[in-house]
Amino acid sequence: MANLLEFRNVTKTYTRGYFSEAGTTALADFSMTLKEDEPTIMTVAGESGSGKTTLAMLLLGFIDPSKGEILYKGKNINKLRGEDRLNYRREVQAVFQDPFAVFNPFYTVDHLLTVPIEKFKLAKSKADARNKMEEALSSVGLRPEDILGRFPHQLSGGQRQRINVARALLLKPKVLVADEPVSMVDASLRANILESLRGLHRDHGVSIIYITHDLTTAYHVANSIVVLYKGGVMEAGDIDNVIQKPQHPYTRLLIDSIPWPDVDRRWGTDGMMVKESETTDKGGKGCRFAARCPHVKDSCLHTPPPLYRVGETQVASCVLYDNNPVLPATQLTDVLPV
Amino acid sequence: MTPILQIRDLQVSYYTDLGRATALNRVNLDLNAGEKLGLVGESGSGKSTMALAMMRMIKAPGRIESGSVTVGGVDLISLNDEEMRLARLSRIAYIPQGAMNSLNPVMRIGAQMVDAIKAHVPDMSQADMTEQCMKALESVDLKRNVFQMYAHELSGGMKQRVCIAIGILLKPQVIIADEPTSALDVVTQRQVMETIDRVQKEMGTAVILIGHDMGLMAQFVDKVAVMYAGRLTEVSTVRDMFSKPMHPYAQALIKSLPNLSNKGVFQGIAGLAPSLLRIPNGCAFHPRCPQAMDVCKTTIPDVKEYEGNRLVACHLYTEGA
Repeated sequence: MANLLEFRNVTKTYTRGYFSEAGTTALADFSMTLKEDEPTIMTVAGESGSGKTTLAMLLLGFIDPSKGEILYKGKNINKLRGEDRLNYRREVQAVFQDPFAVFNPFYTVDHLLTVPIEKFKLAKSKADARNKMEEALSSVGLRPEDILGRFPHQLSGGQRQRINVARALLLKPKVLVADEPVSMVDASLRANILESLRGLHRDHGVSIIYITHDLTTAYHVANSIVVLYKGGVMEAGDIDNVIQKPQHPYTRLLIDSIPWPDVDRRWGTDGMMVKESETTDKGGKGCRFAARCPHVKDSCLHTPPPLYRVGETQVASCVLYDNNPVLPATQLTDVLPV
Repeated sequence: MTPILQIRDLQVSYYTDLGRATALNRVNLDLNAGEKLGLVGESGSGKSTMALAMMRMIKAPGRIESGSVTVGGVDLISLNDEEMRLARLSRIAYIPQGAMNSLNPVMRIGAQMVDAIKAHVPDMSQADMTEQCMKALESVDLKRNVFQMYAHELSGGMKQRVCIAIGILLKPQVIIADEPTSALDVVTQRQVMETIDRVQKEMGTAVILIGHDMGLMAQFVDKVAVMYAGRLTEVSTVRDMFSKPMHPYAQALIKSLPNLSNKGVFQGIAGLAPSLLRIPNGCAFHPRCPQAMDVCKTTIPDVKEYEGNRLVACHLYTEGA
């Protein structure tokens, strides 16, 4: 079975200045694989500064990894040339956070759809192009006659975000990177956009990397989840297990902090007070979460814990589970169901 | 007990090239001291306009057409500009959306806080001002040395708490927080909300929380007011709102929420919010309402009081009553 996309021990460090030793590791030794014939929806979750967006930027080829490599259909994406590069650019698409920033206000929204059609020569004639655009818009629940020919400012945030999904759909991608696609959209419209994304996965076999800090929506769309904190994988696995039985103290804190729309389910009061991270990244030694962890031990401060298996489809990087078997970081994908 | 905040018949319009857009239409609302009210609605429903109107910060082409906003017995709408300037922050404070980006990057946090006091109590001694700022910082869980820092030295959550500290400096009777956590992640969000909650309890202030995150509302407020196209459609206690919402729009809002028990079920609200320039006749929600009747297309429903002090504007409950 062919690997569609593969992260091999990818590390990204942002350095300050040429001679400075200090740097911020935004993603550390991250490996994962997406299979070509098993489309999945994978959530990458974490708070601001956890490396979620760095992961997206790496995947889209906007930045180069500091160490390791990212392979698309077996080829390093930073070395793709010619037709391979064009294919990769077409087959890996993105939907970004801010539906207001991606449109050029001088053009009608058609522009966003016609450019990729021309660039990738998707249509034989003008009429064919028009049909394709209408088809894509309809499939995300928009009426083409309401949308085509309008300017971005005439459309709502929800409509614009769905046009972005439609644009991705038009290109028949294999992988879609959705970086916080609903965080700037009204709650009542979120459902529609997430449903469009799921339709893309279900009906068109697109693998989706859903990047978010909102675990409620993640729970509803995704099959698997990877929880990042300061660039390291804290917990990963089947989304039902991780959300309902979180094992890593960080995941517990995250899940405990979700404001559930339920009057009887209050924010946890288990004394896990959210401490200000006073200690900055101590050169990356030890567990990244140690400074805020209520269960911190001396051993946490020296070596980062490996991924311990805490279930059939769940791993946690925490010494609390050091009796369990270790999963090598390169085999992370084994515990992520499709 | 007289409510600390009384809004009566508040009406705000924006005069645009395309016509008059009525962003707030005859809104009435009462809030007691120590109460927390959540104001929810889609973008463009008039939430932020309501906050700005209460602060008298509506800018042209907008205008407050009529109505009164009474805080602790004083009608803010009838004050002159200088009196209103003094009332802001000391009677009613506003924490705007994205407040953390409003801090001046080239001024120390302390200097910005002292500025706010100087504008109201110019004859206070420098030492007293500093002390009052330090106290405000401490009450939002920030260290005293934040006083000496610049905005770029603080994280998003800390900046947001600085803004809350500025908001409570002069112990206002009403605090309006407009989406105070919309750009923060869940952990920081919880921290900021818990801070507001604690400060609110200590001072007995009334808080209006504006937002569209119903989850946050369930965790934080006592009462929820739902706005739609410039009108209040329902005001209920948070428990009533979540267990048995009455207005069909409120029902749809509650149904569209994701929770743990209904994985994979998405129920958006069909249709789009109306443009304020073309508000439908009758009940503004009727084109999207699954239970619309003939009367809804012609007559605007009045706000009526129902059991449990609930205020609802819907014809469904007046038929036969």
